[in-house]
Amino acid sequence: MEHSSSCKHLLGSLSDYVDGELSKELCAEIERHLADCTNCQVVVDTLRRTIELYKAAVSHETVPEHVVQRLYMRLNLDDYIPH
Amino acid sequence: MVDRLARRELVTPARLKAKDPEAMAGLVELYSANIYRLALKMLNNEQDAEDVLQETFIKAFRSVDKFEERSSLSTWLYRIAMNEVLMLLRKHKQEVISVDEEQASEEGAPEPVEIVDWCCLPEKELLDSEGRDHLNKAIERLSPALRAVFVLRDIQDLSVRDTAETLNISEAAVKTRLLRARMQLREDLSRYYGKRIA
Repeated sequence: MEHSSSCKHLLGSLSDYVDGELSKELCAEIERHLADCTNCQVVVDTLRRTIELYKAAVSHETVPEHVVQRLYMRLNLDDYIPH
Repeated sequence: MVDRLARRELVTPARLKAKDPEAMAGLVELYSANIYRLALKMLNNEQDAEDVLQETFIKAFRSVDKFEERSSLSTWLYRIAMNEVLMLLRKHKQEVISVDEEQASEEGAPEPVEIVDWCCLPEKELLDSEGRDHLNKAIERLSPALRAVFVLRDIQDLSVRDTAETLNISEAAVKTRLLRARMQLREDLSRYYGKRIA
């Protein structure tokens, strides 16, 4: 990928941009660049998707019941084991 | 049945310092799942994650008298857990592993190479068993310093400030490492999912 100075400028602000932590003015500047730069738009979209995927994958993960039981027992909190 | 909000009110530093078993059980109930997931993502091994989970609470209850309430209970717990994780990583790899600022390069993010739009793939396909396996392998390829920031900030949803406090690094270092971790993962996933849509 060829990177123009605008693309490099975007790269430095990318995390703050996807986290919605940039000022309105900077956001508008980035969005003007994205409207003209397909490659950067792909980078932004796939970066957002990468973060969403990890969050989604973890939300399905539960702690195995035997792990929870052993934890409460190790801590001498047997009476509080969730049922 | 005590709901989550009532449980939070029960779990106070004063009650924990008094070794009140209800408060101790409340702390475990509130944070055990997050601590286990943090350890699993950092270590990618269920037995190690369980060891970290147990050691974190044992050490927390043992040292709660020294908790000075300068940070939140959750940040304090995450810090204990992350120290346990790093100790295990050192033990397994037999090398110095640190999340200290001196140890991790603070250079900017690498420029993107893989430009493939795989966002069109349905989530069901992205997160099938092979996809999940790849997500785990990609995160394992991050250095511990980058992985720790990504896990705390993007998976555990901690703020930049709490992530910095947990790892004892500056907020600027959190931001730099987060960008590098995210970009490295994006490249990795783009190579993998790009092949699937080719």
